[in-house]
Amino acid sequence: MIDGSSQFRSHLRHARGMGSAKEGTHHWLAQRVTALALLPLTFWLVFSLVTLSLEGHLEFITWLSSPISGTLMILFLLVSFHHGQLGIQVVVEDYISNITIRRTLLIVTKFISYLLATLGIVSVLRIIFESL
Amino acid sequence: MVEFALPKKSRVVEGKTFHANGNLKNPKRFFVYRYDPDKEENPSVDSFQIDLDSCGPMVLDALLKIKDEIDSSLTLRRSCREGICGSCAMNIDGRNTLACLKPISECKENVKIYPLPHLPVVKDLVPDVNHVYAQLNSIEPWMKSDTPPPASEERKQSPKEREKLDGLWECILCFCCSTSCPSYWWNGDRYLGPAVLLQAARWINDSRDEALGERLDQLEDPFKLYRCHTIMNCTNACPKGLNPAKAIASIKSKMVERLG
Repeated sequence: MIDGSSQFRSHLRHARGMGSAKEGTHHWLAQRVTALALLPLTFWLVFSLVTLSLEGHLEFITWLSSPISGTLMILFLLVSFHHGQLGIQVVVEDYISNITIRRTLLIVTKFISYLLATLGIVSVLRIIFESL
Repeated sequence: MVEFALPKKSRVVEGKTFHANGNLKNPKRFFVYRYDPDKEENPSVDSFQIDLDSCGPMVLDALLKIKDEIDSSLTLRRSCREGICGSCAMNIDGRNTLACLKPISECKENVKIYPLPHLPVVKDLVPDVNHVYAQLNSIEPWMKSDTPPPASEERKQSPKEREKLDGLWECILCFCCSTSCPSYWWNGDRYLGPAVLLQAARWINDSRDEALGERLDQLEDPFKLYRCHTIMNCTNACPKGLNPAKAIASIKSKMVERLG
């Protein structure tokens, strides 16, 4: 059948496999909720960058260090990297069938996402606190 | 990794060409996938020409005419010839459908006929559906109820409850949908596919069934259920006009409902 090594196992044994992993719904729901949250956040970010005519570095820093902009920017970073990680997980699960490579890639991509998100958040916080 | 190219021995080569004798009033050419496991040859595509004036209207009629009059070794499954048994599911002009429901008049000039995609081929147009049947078996598609039925009558359900099974009970298990789904192509060993999930939804939505939680538990899995990415090929392919994607969505919403 599909797995050549299992020619002596019944079709049902193959179909049942290891049973249910008892997870999946949280991932599925989180992907949709983060997508929903990204709609207003992305709109806010693009709108701000386009309309505020932030010409200089100083102007941008002043804008970012206001409590509202800072909060929304940190939220944007958190949610977008979380959403990105969930999406990459789906792609890896879809296309990488080797279990060792798959697990490794899932861990590595999570590390990278959390690293980049933390880096972004720390940078925003630094700008906010330095401008105080 | 996902295999995008066919293995060497599965690559399709050009096969024989059969020309009809005499003057045809209404000629039509069919290109049919051929594979014989007893021969050490690659699969091929044979080309047959027939006269539509002496042939029934459906693609199945053409295939049976070819088998009767040109090449009796052409192998295919068929039974009811009216779209209720699901045996003659195959890929016609690039779409999975039932040969008995597909009018030749709706086909392209040169009709290309292949077995259902991404299943092992037993012979010619006959795919190996053992694994799909085992997956169907694994979701236990029968009523599970600890409460015994009333002594003198059947288990009752309201017309409204019965309505929830419409669009689900009509499935004839031809597997046109599952074999049109890219997710099922890549992960068919674990992903249950639209046909089997539609059957799962048929029991999940049945008010008389008492195993709802058990059924949801069984599907709560990144591969068994959540490989569905709403690609919708299943709904496009279904020759009975059903909507497996919607059925799968109903399972997912039940999963979320259970979280509270």
